[in-house]
Amino acid sequence: MSELLKKPTMFDSAQDDLPLLEIRDLAITFTTPEGPVNAVRKAHLTVMPGETVAIVGESGSGKSTTALSAIGLLPGNGKVTAGQIIFDGEDITHADEKRIIELRGSSIGMVPQDPMSNLNPVWKIGFQVQETLKANGLAGSNSKERVAQVLSDAGLPDAAKRAGQYPHEFSGGMRQRALIAIGLACRPRLLIADEPTSALDVTVQQQILDHLDTMTSELGTAVLLITHDLGLAAERAEKIVVMYKGQVVESGPALEILRNPVHPYTQRLVAAAPSLASKRLQSQRTEVAEEINAVVKAEHEITDDDVLQIKDLTKVFKIRKGLGRSEDFTAVDNVSLSVKRGTTTAIVGESGSGKSTVAQMVLSLLEPTSGSVIFDGQEMSNRSEKDLFKFRRRVQPIFQDPYGSLDPMYSIYRTIEEPLRIHGIGNAKSRQTRVKELLEHVSMPSSTMHRFPNELSGGQRQRIAIARALALNPEVIICDEAVSALDVLVQAQILNLLNKLQEELNLTYLFITHDLAVVRQIADDVCVMQHGRVVEYATTDEVFNNPQSEYTKNLLRSIPGATLRL
Amino acid sequence: MSENPTPEIIEPTASAPRVRAGKISSRRIEHYVAPLEETPLQSVDKVDETATPLSMWAQAWRSLRTQPLFIISAALILLVIAVAAFPGLFTSTSPTSCSLEFARQGPSAGHPLGFTFQGCDIYARIMYGAQASVLVGLFTTIAVVVFGGILGALAGYYGGWLDAILARLADIFFALPLILGAIIIMQLPAFRENRSIWTVIITLAIFGWPQMARITRGAVIEAKSSDYVMASRSLGLSKFKTLVKHVVPNSLAPVIVVSTISLGIYIVAEATLSFLGLGLPPSIMSWGNDIASAQISVRNNPEILMWPALALSITVLSFIMLGDAVRDALDPKSRKG
Repeated sequence: MSELLKKPTMFDSAQDDLPLLEIRDLAITFTTPEGPVNAVRKAHLTVMPGETVAIVGESGSGKSTTALSAIGLLPGNGKVTAGQIIFDGEDITHADEKRIIELRGSSIGMVPQDPMSNLNPVWKIGFQVQETLKANGLAGSNSKERVAQVLSDAGLPDAAKRAGQYPHEFSGGMRQRALIAIGLACRPRLLIADEPTSALDVTVQQQILDHLDTMTSELGTAVLLITHDLGLAAERAEKIVVMYKGQVVESGPALEILRNPVHPYTQRLVAAAPSLASKRLQSQRTEVAEEINAVVKAEHEITDDDVLQIKDLTKVFKIRKGLGRSEDFTAVDNVSLSVKRGTTTAIVGESGSGKSTVAQMVLSLLEPTSGSVIFDGQEMSNRSEKDLFKFRRRVQPIFQDPYGSLDPMYSIYRTIEEPLRIHGIGNAKSRQTRVKELLEHVSMPSSTMHRFPNELSGGQRQRIAIARALALNPEVIICDEAVSALDVLVQAQILNLLNKLQEELNLTYLFITHDLAVVRQIADDVCVMQHGRVVEYATTDEVFNNPQSEYTKNLLRSIPGATLRL
Repeated sequence: MSENPTPEIIEPTASAPRVRAGKISSRRIEHYVAPLEETPLQSVDKVDETATPLSMWAQAWRSLRTQPLFIISAALILLVIAVAAFPGLFTSTSPTSCSLEFARQGPSAGHPLGFTFQGCDIYARIMYGAQASVLVGLFTTIAVVVFGGILGALAGYYGGWLDAILARLADIFFALPLILGAIIIMQLPAFRENRSIWTVIITLAIFGWPQMARITRGAVIEAKSSDYVMASRSLGLSKFKTLVKHVVPNSLAPVIVVSTISLGIYIVAEATLSFLGLGLPPSIMSWGNDIASAQISVRNNPEILMWPALALSITVLSFIMLGDAVRDALDPKSRKG
């Protein structure tokens, strides 16, 4: 790296006794129309110079609020009501606007969460970097070179040319690099990184975090990393602070906390973290059976029938390029796989790999360009409406976004009853019994049925979506990123629920996800997709223990926390 | 929850990939654990069974009924509707028994607002004139919502050529100024010879539907891409039924807001047309006609014009305020911070 970057590093043991950032007994209150909400209570944490500290917690735990209060970026209705924020020996809890602006950028940098919305689309990337330099008085006569330097330090190849491009010409990972460049442009002593990579694919995430690591350790920058992923936190930080309901419940050395969590909440979190789990979830029944005789199970599997077969499935989309011209885009390219009854096959891939398109074709919501989907021995294409209607009863989807998959106008009862009504099953009374039974299946109290989706949390909504999918006693359930939007603990709960239901109802799952860690917990077979093609297709154990393709190996390595030795 | 056992370590087989083993600080880091009493652990993702279940409409009603804007506008609208339905309850004077001996006289006992140029009681005429205005506003809105709403919903939901044709058709109507178009239509023989409330309603509806069609189309396009629509389709619900059962109910909110506001606007439009002598025939009592006939005395007795104009403004204002209040209730995001 350049001369510019060589600031004295802070690792000399004599200097490091004063904390860079210290938050003492912080309380933050939001005024809402429903009354004051205590988002953070009695939070305390210290960041030493050059140290990486991770705040871990589920959504709504107050982790971002705590970190943002350090640079005075609380939303308008939030206020620090108690406690102190001390930066480099100076109390900045109630510092005036002028002082905070002085600190921002030059002393405390920030990398925001969503790379897609945090760059201004009307300005060139270079301009936005230069803006930061200017604001902190660092843009001299050679500002152009400085901008290019900052960008190339952040790992953008061909930086001088890139600086002249607009955000929409950048991919998500490149935008995040640009944001990191902006955050570190003025060589701050503390960098606040708010979920810097949660919107990115795992392989990109790994690259970016590696790079951030290298940069900050070279510059001696301390990092306050906010994340929901315990594995990622353990891998990247020396110290972990666990927050729950606005309070710090545990903090300490990263590996120590993972090995030896003391607070029950941390224990729960460690137990549920998918990136640290290694084994397929199993209900007790199979576990016992397996111990008695593993061979029997294997034989049993062979006789099992393939309930779903996909043969040479291809989907080509026409992308309009101006008037009358169009270009072919092959979203799914010659995909073949088969799913055995009662098992789970996962389709894994990063964004744009075509995995969701496969799901939509299996659900007959999208017509394949060529190839076929064979369900229970019957070809799916060119089926009559009547056959399709029957097929709907047997194959059901669960979607990713729990906030979008339930009609907000329908009560929970109407939502779950809808499939029964469409297929004319039972009368009003028997349907009500069935709805109650389904709610019980997904461990929801039956009083929920008079509620509306907007009153439920994401995980609860997902349970309702599962109940709706189960209403018609389907044989196959297509889970399209069904747990991706949920907090770790809730995710673990839903995965356990899915697993339990599979046992009880002999369900077959086609599980579409980007998260290999989740795959390990739920899938029997894994199909790894890249750019519309299958690059690896084998049993879960084989894929995880002996991956064949380079892409799979790379994916596996990128799981945060996967290589930690605990 | 089942306990996850310690992980097997994945030994990468590729040539020397970086193993990230975590960072170990050279400093001593204290391991702090909060006392359990401070944040008692709650069970994961529990349903709050104490709150009363509320549908979206019930929630909207809840936030609406405490808003002063809503209370004032709703009270005014109720008053206007009561006057329009039973004008006889509010005045015992006949609006048509005019006598030139009272012409342009000021307020007197039993005649609180005085008399017009023709010697008619102003207060009585305002009370009786409300009916025409409210009827025009109401029926035009109904016609526009039904016609524009259906076309917009179909265009938005099915897209393709239907959408293209309807969008261009709506654009053509958008391009015509309302007053100019109304002048031409009201001059057509069929309209000129049978002028009534209905001709005005039809004219206004012809120029009003494209706006409603656009709003509905936009709302439907937004709703149709939701996951719940896809979920219903994969449950086997037909395309059209999905439109009726899921898409339309979820697109209603903006339609309701816009139609409330445009009800007020149609009342103004009727008054404008009547003022220009193109709207209601002079035989029908309406605020617009009264304003038109008060023109001649505006110099010496401006109050004759002022009273019907005030009645018109208050009515229109209350519909627009109601629309604002309803929008805030239906879309909490639009509320100011």
